[in-house]
Amino acid sequence: MLELIFFGWLAFVLIAAAIGVITSRNPVYSALFLVLAFVTSAAIWVLLEAEFLAMTLVLVYVGAVMVLFLFVLMMLDIDVASMRAGFARYAPVGMLVGAITIGELLSVIWLRSQGLPVLAQPLPHGPDYSNTKELGAVLYTEYVYAFELAAFILLLAIVAAIVLTLRHREGSKVQDISKQVAVRAEDRITLVSMDAESE
Amino acid sequence: MLTLTHFLTLSAILFSISIAGIFINRKNMILLLMCIELMLLAVNFNFIALSRYLDDIAGQVFVFFVLTVAAAETAIGLAILVIVFRTRQSINVQDLDSLKG
Repeated sequence: MLELIFFGWLAFVLIAAAIGVITSRNPVYSALFLVLAFVTSAAIWVLLEAEFLAMTLVLVYVGAVMVLFLFVLMMLDIDVASMRAGFARYAPVGMLVGAITIGELLSVIWLRSQGLPVLAQPLPHGPDYSNTKELGAVLYTEYVYAFELAAFILLLAIVAAIVLTLRHREGSKVQDISKQVAVRAEDRITLVSMDAESE
Repeated sequence: MLTLTHFLTLSAILFSISIAGIFINRKNMILLLMCIELMLLAVNFNFIALSRYLDDIAGQVFVFFVLTVAAAETAIGLAILVIVFRTRQSINVQDLDSLKG
């Protein structure tokens, strides 16, 4: 019963935050509402005994991805007024499509959840259960290739993001190390033999 | 009692809100990216809830990979956004019409 109250409260905050994300006038508020949504989801994930992923969500999303979002938002000078121009026109269409989607999904969920044994409350894990250990045990054995691929995707993202935003400026002074190392004394110093002179 | 249906319903509501958000904020590229993040969160919700109720850790492993790919997607998406803004002085999706056939 206590769990249900907690879930209801967190679900309310999560839905309110999600609505805040899509309806805020200022994109910065949207980003902050998204932070709230992520933190609330992490709390619900703890309720589902996925502690490691809940912490990862807070660390990776709130700590890195949303900071990146806010950084880009504040770096760019966005004309908020022109962005909001079509709001009233597209809101009914958006709500219609959202309502249809929610109706379809809920009808499928309701239909498929009739008398399924899956719905029985799973047994809570004991105090010596470690979600991180459990996850690591399969991540580094069964899913090791996928894990390596994920690492490669992250590397790819780093390289792509840097290459995309790299800008060569004209006339900037840079050192060419290989040229500097390969230089010989003859290239730099010219010995001139000349007669001694006196005034 | 808290059942699987509760979690799936919450995830469905979250997903629909983000779909509505894509329609409502169809001009603002950065809000489109945020709505995609919200959608991925809804999908992760399904994975975690089913992983708990089926007592199978594979769902959580998948969430792990989805988080990784989503982080990479966001980084590249924001990088593209920055260059778009640098060349067009705007992130309005309707200004990106140089590819029209």
